[in-house]
Amino acid sequence: MALITIDNLTVEQRLKKVSLELHRGELLGLIGANGAGKSTLLHAIAGLQKSTGNIKIDGNSINSIPPHERARTVGIQPQAVSSAWALTATDIVALGRMPWGDEDETAIERAIERAGISEFRDRIIDQLSGGERARVWLARVLAGEPQALLVDEPIASLDIHYQLAVMEVLKNYSRENNGVIVAIHDLSLAARFCDRLCLLDKGEMIALGTPAEVLTEALLSRAYGIPVDIDLERNPPVVLPK
Amino acid sequence: MARLITHYLTPLLIFFLLLIAWISLAYGSTSVSVFAGLSAWFNNEQTEAALIIGEIRLPRTLLALIVGAALGMSGAALQGLLRNPLAEPGLVGASQGAALGAATVFYYGVFASLGTLATAVAGLLGAMAALFFMLLLAGSGRPALVIMAGLAISTVAGAALAMVLNFAPNPYAMQELVFWLMGSVSNRGLDSLIILFPALIIGCALILSQRRLLAALSLGEPVAESMGFSVKKGSRITVLGAACLIGSSVSVAGTISFVGLLVPHMLRPFVGHRPDKLLIPAALLGAILVCLADIAVRGMPLGRELKLGVLTSLIGAPFFVWLVWKERKRWL
Repeated sequence: MALITIDNLTVEQRLKKVSLELHRGELLGLIGANGAGKSTLLHAIAGLQKSTGNIKIDGNSINSIPPHERARTVGIQPQAVSSAWALTATDIVALGRMPWGDEDETAIERAIERAGISEFRDRIIDQLSGGERARVWLARVLAGEPQALLVDEPIASLDIHYQLAVMEVLKNYSRENNGVIVAIHDLSLAARFCDRLCLLDKGEMIALGTPAEVLTEALLSRAYGIPVDIDLERNPPVVLPK
Repeated sequence: MARLITHYLTPLLIFFLLLIAWISLAYGSTSVSVFAGLSAWFNNEQTEAALIIGEIRLPRTLLALIVGAALGMSGAALQGLLRNPLAEPGLVGASQGAALGAATVFYYGVFASLGTLATAVAGLLGAMAALFFMLLLAGSGRPALVIMAGLAISTVAGAALAMVLNFAPNPYAMQELVFWLMGSVSNRGLDSLIILFPALIIGCALILSQRRLLAALSLGEPVAESMGFSVKKGSRITVLGAACLIGSSVSVAGTISFVGLLVPHMLRPFVGHRPDKLLIPAALLGAILVCLADIAVRGMPLGRELKLGVLTSLIGAPFFVWLVWKERKRWL
């Protein structure tokens, strides 16, 4: 059975009848132009956005699952997050245990390890660079060890080294029998790391499949409105605007 | 040193609270043995010591402690809820709302059937209404909006309060009301504790039940929602708790400003800036500071009584100026 089944998901003015499945062990990339509905889709799956249609987790309708239990299964890292208080990185990661109501040391340590933030774990979040912060946010959601992990543009502010590192973390996490959906703008990295891609255009899903099926010139120029250069045979694959 | 304070923060604060309470009982124009006075009062003896300690200083001390605890806790809760270091009962309009409610009852006998409870209930309703309208007007926890909305609500409540004063039944009533508004814990008697103490327990219980939400809210509403919290429901419970604390303390002691602003700021570095760990220490330090301020007020020369609320404003207002100065650096 699919981990998450989405059927005809519609959000007024933003998403039109999106249907897809997320399987265990899968890293699914969500691509599309700004405003295509990527964040809306992630928020709707996490229950943060009112929507119509069906979302099932392990075959159970999302509406029948109590919020805390839903939060244990589905973890989301929204795009723009900031801390109102001068908390340390470790304290922020510990907040990821909220759905469980504990401060499980091993889970927190594992998340810190996975995100590679141990060297600045005791520093205050305000004093960290954008790239370091992005990894703290990722560690926060990893600490909850959700079976379905939704991440909204986690690599937007990172240098190329950490872009690869974060994608690696997400890929590895999916391989531990979890499902991961990542909204991503970098199509080359999407081709390189994601098992499947979902291409959104103005709230509609116009393609769903392997990178080779979705990253075609016709589909991408329709979604982004510009011609693109695609070379999926190269290692690593390259998708760039012409 | 800082680490040591962090580790033993609550026991340390409890120690200082007991110490200050003892000083407050011992301090006054007549020197009386606190022990002798208390034991005589408990045994219902009609000695001078029993009268001074039991009937005058004990109610005053307890009142100062409870009002301080209520203001400290509500300040910490409001700041955590609104993710705003400037949120304070006085600055978000809650104190003025409570004052308006209590003053209306004071002079026009609304809720007469409730007897002595009437002012407290009116204070609670006033604080709740003020907070409700402030949140409605601000629409979010953004610092600038909360302060603007708080200012707007304070202004409205202030105008209505001025009208109540204007139509006060007689000049003495008006003078009494003005003095009461300045905030004081003197001459209130043990009766007022019957209202204050349960309100403190209920208000604190409501707020403490939401401490995990306050922690989750550090990262904003969407993250808190995604972690399984109902932000709407939790916010209502927290606001109700804060209104309970502010409403009851204002209805008994008038407006004592800036305690709710000052206390969380003093403590934040010692609790790792965590809004959930701030609540109980804030209540304890609030109690200590108000009691200390009351001792200072009592130390003023006779005949020129400085009201407690005036003293806390004199101390707190410069601190507020400093906070604005500090915030300014983030924007300029």
